[in-house]
Amino acid sequence: MSKYDKLMAETVYFAGANGDMVEGYFARPLGEGPYGSVVVIHHMPGYDAATKEITRKFAANGYLALMPNLYYREAPDAEPDDAAAAARAQGGVPDERLVGDVDGATKFLRSQANSNHKVGIIGYCSGGRQAFLAACSLQLDAAVDCYGAFVVSDPPEGAPLKVKALMGIARNLSAPLLGLFGREDSYPSPDEVKVLDDELTKLGKEHEFHIYEGAGHAFFAPNRPSYRVEAANDGWEKIWAFYGKHLG
Amino acid sequence: MCTYLTNKVELIGSAKGAEGWFAAKEATVYLDHPVHALYDHSLNIDFINPDLGASFRVAVELDPKSAVALAHAILETVSAFPELAGKA
Repeated sequence: MSKYDKLMAETVYFAGANGDMVEGYFARPLGEGPYGSVVVIHHMPGYDAATKEITRKFAANGYLALMPNLYYREAPDAEPDDAAAAARAQGGVPDERLVGDVDGATKFLRSQANSNHKVGIIGYCSGGRQAFLAACSLQLDAAVDCYGAFVVSDPPEGAPLKVKALMGIARNLSAPLLGLFGREDSYPSPDEVKVLDDELTKLGKEHEFHIYEGAGHAFFAPNRPSYRVEAANDGWEKIWAFYGKHLG
Repeated sequence: MCTYLTNKVELIGSAKGAEGWFAAKEATVYLDHPVHALYDHSLNIDFINPDLGASFRVAVELDPKSAVALAHAILETVSAFPELAGKA
């Protein structure tokens, strides 16, 4: 039996930005701990079954994991795909609200009796950018950016998302950063990844980037054609090593 | 890639979704990852009514070539009735 086979996963509500009660999916091992924690930021398609599975995976590997429903305000009772469509039509998640929600999620996790008070963050797709944003805005212990676009450059003209590039706040990065990217991705492109890599090196920020050959965007998603098993398996190994070092 | 590129169109019409018929006031059109179709990218259209809530939505995810064929079919159809649809 694995050390963390006994676990619990359920819907919870926690105080997010502006004190709003926000829905979240909370998975954790049922041992005494103490355990490190991870805030899981879902991809643009939303608070879906695939990202809940990822959240449970963190619990099964010994972490308290909380995934905030970033679209809860737009569509509290809707199916995840409907909620994602509503959020897209309204311009996406404002950065300030994202930071407030992650701040609330970290407080929720640190308040658990079996928490070791170390909190990391991981985000996929649009969540990769949001993980970087949160790590530049809050005091965190480790951050993982999985193919987040629009960190280095603004969204294209005409894009509805009310977000901007984040290079201006890179100097505030509060935690070591693991970046996992695909060579064939266009958002972010390998050139953009290099710009970020160089900037963080210049700023003296601890970071570790990997660009996987033969992989594009969303290579971690096992239910999508974009899944690349070699990249995903190696990426998970990198994540366990990184969080083991910084959240243990 | 997530393209993020989204076009919005105001509509006058109706659509039938999981909640039954409703007034479709907008369509969002975007090329991005589908939820259901097994393509890396699809041309997605959401027929929605923001006043009624997120569940009032009719969604389609089309292979981009199919979407182009659909767009041509729409234009060809309405162009036969310029008195109703105006010049396409």
